[in-house]
Amino acid sequence: MAKPASSFSKRAGSVMSWIDKRLPVTAFWNATMTGYQAPKNFNFWYYMGSLALLVLVIQILSGIFLTMHYKPSATEAFASVEYIMRDVEWGWLIRYMHSTGASFFFIVVYLHMFRSLLYGSHREPRELVWIFGMLIYLVLMAEAFMGYVLPWGQMSYWGAQVIINLFGAIPTIGEPLTEWIRGDYFISDATLNRFFALHVIAIPLALLGLILLHLVALRENGSNNPDGIEIKENKDEHGIPKDGVPFHPYYTVKDIFGVAMLLLVFAFVLFFWPEAGGLFLEHDNFVPASPLVTPEHIKPVWYFTPYYAILKAVPDKLMGVLLMGASVMILFFLPWLDRSPVKSIRYKGLWYKILLTLFVISFIRLGMLGMAEGTPAQTVEMRIWTFVYFSFFVLLFFMSPRGKTKPVPERLTH
Amino acid sequence: MNKSLVAAVFGLVGLLAGVEPALAAGGGDLEHARINVRDTAAIQRGAKLFVNYCLPCHSANYMRYNRLSEDLGLDQNMVLQNFVFTDAQIGDRMTVSMRPKDAQAWLGKAPPDLSVTARSRGADWLYTYMKTFYRDGTGSWNNVVLPNASMPHVLWDLQGIQEPVYVAHGEEQVLDHLKLVEPGLQTPGEYETTVRDLVTFMVYLSEPSQVKRKNIGVWVLLFLVVFAMVAYLLKAEYWRDVH
Repeated sequence: MAKPASSFSKRAGSVMSWIDKRLPVTAFWNATMTGYQAPKNFNFWYYMGSLALLVLVIQILSGIFLTMHYKPSATEAFASVEYIMRDVEWGWLIRYMHSTGASFFFIVVYLHMFRSLLYGSHREPRELVWIFGMLIYLVLMAEAFMGYVLPWGQMSYWGAQVIINLFGAIPTIGEPLTEWIRGDYFISDATLNRFFALHVIAIPLALLGLILLHLVALRENGSNNPDGIEIKENKDEHGIPKDGVPFHPYYTVKDIFGVAMLLLVFAFVLFFWPEAGGLFLEHDNFVPASPLVTPEHIKPVWYFTPYYAILKAVPDKLMGVLLMGASVMILFFLPWLDRSPVKSIRYKGLWYKILLTLFVISFIRLGMLGMAEGTPAQTVEMRIWTFVYFSFFVLLFFMSPRGKTKPVPERLTH
Repeated sequence: MNKSLVAAVFGLVGLLAGVEPALAAGGGDLEHARINVRDTAAIQRGAKLFVNYCLPCHSANYMRYNRLSEDLGLDQNMVLQNFVFTDAQIGDRMTVSMRPKDAQAWLGKAPPDLSVTARSRGADWLYTYMKTFYRDGTGSWNNVVLPNASMPHVLWDLQGIQEPVYVAHGEEQVLDHLKLVEPGLQTPGEYETTVRDLVTFMVYLSEPSQVKRKNIGVWVLLFLVVFAMVAYLLKAEYWRDVH
């Protein structure tokens, strides 16, 4: 301490030590922020984690204000959303924050997951980070599905009808199970009410718990990096990784820049393109829900359409449901399917680049086909891409131990 | 061999174009409405048409009359005089006077609420719909974009009466175009403006805060650009010593 501390900082210091004796605030901050060494070569893909957290906060805050005005009742729900859009002060802003946030959550999460496929972030010793992440993804899907029912438009209603009926494909218990989920013989006020309860209380709580586990598991081994090597294996004489930088302030200031860039895109959509051409807010959802009128074309929101296409690719309902379930569940096994001696795509051979490219194309293409009308030619194409989607995992398992690799450097590259 | 594999991969990327996602609402070939929601004069003219021709049967239940006066810069009394033909107060919603039971009996089913129709159907659909009513062979009203529409052509006195002209397309007779057989009070050009005004109002009606939203959005984006630059400089300053 060269400089004499001012009386203010002395007093602040004594307040802090009073707290630290009772609650380990400083110790926690040091362990997880200033004392936590993160690899110094994070690139674009490494913004997504903190941005997912940002979108979560946007969703929770806008959601709280929406619940102050929204009415979870079959007769009032649609009107209450329009009431929010017109009569509530800044209601349109709150509502568009929430609807734009829902889609952005999935954009950010998909990019976040893709990062793992690029650099092998799910590989040993971070398997549990991936597993908790996958659980977050599943819970997020449930959250999004139930939230989509709440505006009580035609797509809310009929989308829920289609998705809940999928459970009916299960032999014997299927039918009673769908009734148990709906709380009625059809989608009704009872369904809307319970979905509201789950959407605003139960699922967000589960989400927060899982995110905590995801982060605790992450801090245990530290982040992976674009080179897929462990920085802790190369330490200096003080025991600090040579290729590490303290998370705070280096990555906190970097993430602030990421936040600014995300908010720019977010604000552009929110203020100038909130419907996103019918992708974020579907046209049919501006028609109040009616059990008597089936819309011409029922489809889920864009973030579910890849799986919806896999479902539609199979003629048999039960097999379709099982295959769709498998297409999500197989992701859980990724840490063990990739058996390559190297983690990062940088040091894997061309084989992995081709596999991953095909996988990404199949996912996007299935997503596009899932929202299309469903002509016979499109059904054939859905089957082809479903095959490509699953082939990725099979080929990865068999090719990764043998596939060509390049020598991995000892220190991080840029 | 590697090169051909890469070429194959890029060939497949090309496949990503081409699916027509079923996002567009409505069907058929739609004309472009070319509306401008900032044109308050058009919205006012459209509102006048709306309360005269649409509101007798359709409601706009989510819209309040005083919102019109706020957004269009009109005095509340002017709104009451020009747009309210019932005993509604200025803070009331644009409800329909027809009772649902009567509507059911007279029209078969109650006409839908029009508050957000411009968002479900789109401006182009509404514009084309109001322009393509015709008298079919049975002498009753029909429509090109909504075949067998149960709604009659309420603006017929303005547009006049159109009849369909069919051409043979193989074995089938296909509707080619509509011909004005009885002129209305307006010329086709005037009628186009009338429909455009009406659609402009309905687009405004579907989201009254949209102009305010875009105006604010410009400032938000400007702020965020500055914020992003400052954040970038801060980041660059911290990272200068990291190699």
